Amino acid sequence: MNFRHAKTFLLGAIALGFLASLFADRINPYWLFIFYDIGISIVMAVSLNLINGYTGQFSLGHAGFMAVGAYSSAVITNQFGDLSFLAANGIFAVALLAGGLAAALAGLLVGIPSLRLRGDYLAIVTLGFGEIIRVILQNMDKVGGARGLSVMHGWTNLFWTFGLAAVTVYVVASLVNSTYGRGFIAVRDDEVAAEAMGINTTKYKVTAFVVGAFFAGIAGGLYAHSKQFITPGGFGFMQSIAFVVMVILGGMGNTIGVILAAILLTLLPEGLRMLSGIEHLPGLTAERPLGWIGDTRMIIYSLLLIVLMLTRPQGLFSLKKSSVQK
Amino acid sequence: MTEFFQQLINGLAFGSILALIAIGYTMVYGILRFINFAHGDVFMLGAFAGFYLAPKIATVFPLPSIAGAIAVLIVSMLICAALGVAIERLAYRPLRKRPKLTVLITAIGVSLFIEYAGQFFFGAAPKKFPDILPVLPITKIGGLSLNSNQLIVLAVTLILLVALRFIVMKTKIGTAMRAVSFNPEAAALMGVNTDVVISFTFALGSALAAAAGILWAVNYPSIDPLMGILPGLKAFVAAVLGGIGNLPGAALGGLIIGVTETLVSGYISSTYRDAIAFAVLILILLVRPSGLLGKKEIEKV
Repeated sequence: MNFRHAKTFLLGAIALGFLASLFADRINPYWLFIFYDIGISIVMAVSLNLINGYTGQFSLGHAGFMAVGAYSSAVITNQFGDLSFLAANGIFAVALLAGGLAAALAGLLVGIPSLRLRGDYLAIVTLGFGEIIRVILQNMDKVGGARGLSVMHGWTNLFWTFGLAAVTVYVVASLVNSTYGRGFIAVRDDEVAAEAMGINTTKYKVTAFVVGAFFAGIAGGLYAHSKQFITPGGFGFMQSIAFVVMVILGGMGNTIGVILAAILLTLLPEGLRMLSGIEHLPGLTAERPLGWIGDTRMIIYSLLLIVLMLTRPQGLFSLKKSSVQK
Repeated sequence: MTEFFQQLINGLAFGSILALIAIGYTMVYGILRFINFAHGDVFMLGAFAGFYLAPKIATVFPLPSIAGAIAVLIVSMLICAALGVAIERLAYRPLRKRPKLTVLITAIGVSLFIEYAGQFFFGAAPKKFPDILPVLPITKIGGLSLNSNQLIVLAVTLILLVALRFIVMKTKIGTAMRAVSFNPEAAALMGVNTDVVISFTFALGSALAAAAGILWAVNYPSIDPLMGILPGLKAFVAAVLGGIGNLPGAALGGLIIGVTETLVSGYISSTYRDAIAFAVLILILLVRPSGLLGKKEIEKV
């Protein structure tokens, strides 16, 4: 993806988020929360795309970084009582940043073993790190352990979610389109050749992990202050898989596709829920004729993933054949 | 000291179940070079096959009895062997020439599919596995109490491992398996039908996973459709620990993970037990990425 007008795009998206947040109280709260989820999914999927799509490292622990960010930011904001509008947003910004930095530190820890590992091994180690983070959080009584942690402030709003989604897209896109960022793609396309050409592959891999984890931590902070209740179980292996699926569906290393996939996959469960909730359909006598969709939607979801891999491994929204498919 | 040996036996019983699952991972990895993520779910299906079979088999052999338990074990192994072959045919074979990542993601998809389909058809709530083995009096040796089920787990695992070693080392198909794992192209040129060998590998691995499922259910009789996730991951860790692609390594890795986890949860903290396997994995990969018994592979350009 080429961002020739990246800065205009960034400013536009932030301004749009700001304008939309002014009308937030007119939006049905149910939809408002879905919009937050979409923004959070975009941050997660686009940042994971830097690791999985552009750098070609297969991470299965992105939800673990999200957990670190969610808990760190929540612990900070829970120290404060009711604050004025400006103070609240200031504290929130600091807390989000702190969550991102804590997650980036975790990303550094995962990035270091990745120096020696490739492909499947790396996938399983990142999965292991994600699980270790979950188990550690479950054993930390100060943050509620397995019972979960209540987050006092619901400070997440449209401005923060879409503003930060725009920043994530901007940073990831400018990073991989810069001269420096060619290195990420070189590492993905052929690690041995890249190393032979003098590219410090280790540095690129660790950078991808740290930057990706930083934004996952920020997404975690947004998530915590939107749901206002977080449990370690909510950031498990399945959650990581959900973000991986977004990246794959969108096409690895295709930022626009990944954004579309994040939107689509966040809306899909809601859509299926609505379909299964329809009371009557014209021509059908049965009550809730589509009720079965509610019970089988996860089966449909997993079948979709298998069929997609068999037929379009380059992703739904990719026009060209992905370079991953050699 | 008695307590230590007690924990050791518990650990060995748990570890030998992991070893049986780990062998399936390591065989598939040895031949196809990909992580069959759905393997842990085949383990779950083995336990559920036993659950649904037990009442039917009870009409032929009265349950609980040794003969009935063996019948449940064998039929469930056969069913899962067929399932393993079917999974490979439908999901993995069309992707044989594709990049590894595509196959890995497909395997995750198959795993999710089995889990959610299991929740839909079996119900998400845990079920109580029927008593298929007669409960023998607990043997006491010098203060150690030996549970008959644990001894049976150890004995069955040993028998299956010996049988597996015989198949892989002495039979024609076993030789073909080793040939394909060594070099698939060369094996095919020498007239080995790689498709048959791969199907057979999946059948063998899935049958062992089913046996592990039954043994697990006999020891911990609460079964549910998501029960395969954690043992599956831990067994994969065991396979990596022993050196992936190496059969004795997988068995050794399973025992090490099982004993370590049991000892840590017995002496340090039981709440951290699920993190142990992964901590061991990360340590071993940092120190010796090819595993305990694995050979170092050098990537050629």
